[in-house]
Amino acid sequence: MSNTSTFGIKAFGAFIPRLRLDRAAIAKAHSWAFPSMRGKGEKAICSWDEDAITLGVEAARDCLGNHQDQIRKVTFSSTTAPFADFQNSGIIAAAMNLDQRTGCVDAGGSTRAGLNSLINDLENASEQDQLVIASDRRRAKPASSAEMRYGSGAAAMLVGQGDLIASFLGGEHLAIPFMDHYRMSGQPYDYYGEERWIRDEGVVKLVPATIKALLERSGIEAEAVAYFGLSGAPKGSDKIVAKKLGIDFANLLPDFQENVGDTGTAHPLLQLAAAFERATPGDIIVVAAFGSGCDVAVFRKESSNRKPERGLAGTLKDRIPETSYLKMLSFDGELNIDWGPRAEVDTKASFPQQYRAADQILSFTGGKCDSCSAVQFPSTTNCVECGTPDTQKPFQLANDNAKVATYSADWLQYYPAPPLYVGLVQFNAGARVLMEIVDVGEQELDVGTPLRMVFRIKANDNLRNYRRYFWKATPAKA
Amino acid sequence: MASGIKDKVAIIGMGCSRFGERWDTDTDGLINEAFSEAIQDAGIERSQIGAAWLGSALDQVNIGNSAIPLATSLRFTGIPVTRVENMCATGTEALRGAAYAVASGAVDIAIAVGVEKLKDTGFGGLPVPTKGTLNDLWMPYSSAPAGFAQLASGYRKKYGVSKEDLKQAIGRVSWKSHQNGARNPKAHLQKAIDLETIVGAPIIADPLGVFDCCGVSDGAACAIITTPEIARSLGKHDLVTIKALQLSASNGWESSTGGWDGSYVKNTRLAAKAAYKEAGITDPSSQLSMTEVHDCFSITELVTMEDLGLSEDGQAWRDVLEGKFDVDGEVPCQVDGGLKCFGHPVGASGLRMVYENYLQLQGRAGERQLKNMSMGLSHNLGGVPYNSIAAISIIGMLEDYL
Repeated sequence: MSNTSTFGIKAFGAFIPRLRLDRAAIAKAHSWAFPSMRGKGEKAICSWDEDAITLGVEAARDCLGNHQDQIRKVTFSSTTAPFADFQNSGIIAAAMNLDQRTGCVDAGGSTRAGLNSLINDLENASEQDQLVIASDRRRAKPASSAEMRYGSGAAAMLVGQGDLIASFLGGEHLAIPFMDHYRMSGQPYDYYGEERWIRDEGVVKLVPATIKALLERSGIEAEAVAYFGLSGAPKGSDKIVAKKLGIDFANLLPDFQENVGDTGTAHPLLQLAAAFERATPGDIIVVAAFGSGCDVAVFRKESSNRKPERGLAGTLKDRIPETSYLKMLSFDGELNIDWGPRAEVDTKASFPQQYRAADQILSFTGGKCDSCSAVQFPSTTNCVECGTPDTQKPFQLANDNAKVATYSADWLQYYPAPPLYVGLVQFNAGARVLMEIVDVGEQELDVGTPLRMVFRIKANDNLRNYRRYFWKATPAKA
Repeated sequence: MASGIKDKVAIIGMGCSRFGERWDTDTDGLINEAFSEAIQDAGIERSQIGAAWLGSALDQVNIGNSAIPLATSLRFTGIPVTRVENMCATGTEALRGAAYAVASGAVDIAIAVGVEKLKDTGFGGLPVPTKGTLNDLWMPYSSAPAGFAQLASGYRKKYGVSKEDLKQAIGRVSWKSHQNGARNPKAHLQKAIDLETIVGAPIIADPLGVFDCCGVSDGAACAIITTPEIARSLGKHDLVTIKALQLSASNGWESSTGGWDGSYVKNTRLAAKAAYKEAGITDPSSQLSMTEVHDCFSITELVTMEDLGLSEDGQAWRDVLEGKFDVDGEVPCQVDGGLKCFGHPVGASGLRMVYENYLQLQGRAGERQLKNMSMGLSHNLGGVPYNSIAAISIIGMLEDYL
């Protein structure tokens, strides 16, 4: 019978970027060259100011909410981490306002890195909680099948003991240089082998055997598996593998191809999140990730009631429909648009200033005055209300709700996603900040519109190949 | 106890270049164009100028920093020359420095020069000013129109004005300025435009359209000033004197606390209050003959009427539509076309405003001459409504005779 594990998943979170491009728009754009190309459903695409780090932060916020979890280590798993050398997980830890002594690990190298890291933390669980974030902001060559298939997203899992959403029953790995696809460092696109070969030689021959080995080791019958998901493999592979194992098709987890796309490193953990949102205590959940090998993990749903802030269900529903293929290309960096001379702005940022202001900027922390209680951002020497020096204590604004005090839609200034909605944001806590307002969509902005904060790219410095982050306001759903 | 600037400084000469797309000349040429007019008007020698103030705001495409460019252009020898910058309030700031030098008795005759050469950028826009290393990390990069357009949202919400009504009112502001600018041979834009075209123009920053925004211009203006005593000793009479010079700058209140409702400009109110007190004005509507205000954007001029106490709060939009500020209205505004039509070479604008008030006081405004001119106000606004510097000057005739 299955072993009882005291370690497992205490909390989970998910984030799918709000922009959802109608795949038919992609097919239409390419129809002059590829008239038989078809596109069904939507793919989740990132705005110009989203990347694997920002997606990861949103998933982590969804996971942790206002709980004051003590986190020993954060692992950021991605094949599209913005920095090759500068800790991506460190930026996330700062954005989440985690203790400076939190261990930070960047993991990558394969779309299995998320599940891999999760299994690793579960197999080597420590006394304290560990957070695994899997995130990818995917990019593909125009007209490739990957372009149609890929989506972007992130998931976060909090590993620990105690009140569990799911306990960990075991993991299995298969490291084998099966080259279904690859991408060398610094290159923009993945290169794929033939799909039939990937499925016949790779998926069919490698995945069922790995899963079988795990189930046998864990003493679990295939019939007992309530939920099964496979990611990283050609469409329909989950059915093939399920059939081989004797798992009912009715127990397949959604593959999210229709409404999101293949989110790479995030995908297995998104499927796990989907399982957590469906399963009842006692249910056995198996998720497998394929891609230059295979990782598999098995869980049992437990009875913790802890919920994410919105969860996968919530983030899936939060859609802004898009129909402009060119917009996606532009955001992906595929289009060399002439933004005009107003774009010729040097966005260099000072290293020492970034360091001095790291707390304020990355975790959106202002100050609250001891003397008069005014909450303000930025926090400088003298309180903005009473003028008293050195009286402010840190006060985080990232999770505070706010509303529009003034606004305009700027069509003049260079902005990669015109118009630039800008305005004074009035926080419930009392602070007021001039901010970009993003993902407005069809929403009517006016004075009083409720807002919440999101972590985004503040500026790209194309001269020096650097990007930096800050927070932006977005309309809060009613 | 400070006694203010009223009647301590007389303007004995002013000059103003043609404003516009001055492809034909550069900063040196513009300074000299304004200066030649001023020195002739003053009837003095260049060597009699004891100190100079240079106001120029954007040095990215202009003349570089320090005041050396002014000393070089006008070949001043060994006199103190000061460079000042207070964004769009720079022109008034230059006058303020020169005025205090003269009023203090430190200098007999001083000159204030404002100049800006913006058309060398290569496009129809302003260079992006720096915000400071900390602000660069969090402030949105938004345009000046977007900064001022926010006034529209606050004003609308506070007073329950419909979007359509406000759009008509701000359009009317620009319509009026175009009517006036058409009669000014030095203005950048000298064409009247109908209201429908203004209201229907493409949006720059909601709700401001193309004709709600002043364009980008080159130009220079200057003022030569001295004490009334020295002016009389030079044979001048019917002196134009400075009645008030006031400035107020933001400290973060509007942009970083919940106190500001977005419907007015606090610093304009504070500077106006101080200026009226300094000048001894108790009823601006009847005591001011005209105003030249900072209409970088039409909405700015609209709320400025309330900020200057010329309209009741929430009523300026109606007053504008009723023609209260037209050239034949109760308190004419932008008689020379304003920033909108005369142009806005940033550092020169403050002095250009004083120039029109000065010409009007002397009966030298030609086609634009107002009948009963006794006191003129200028209003310069740097920055954005929620982070601003407001500078106000009031000039009038010196009451010599008791």
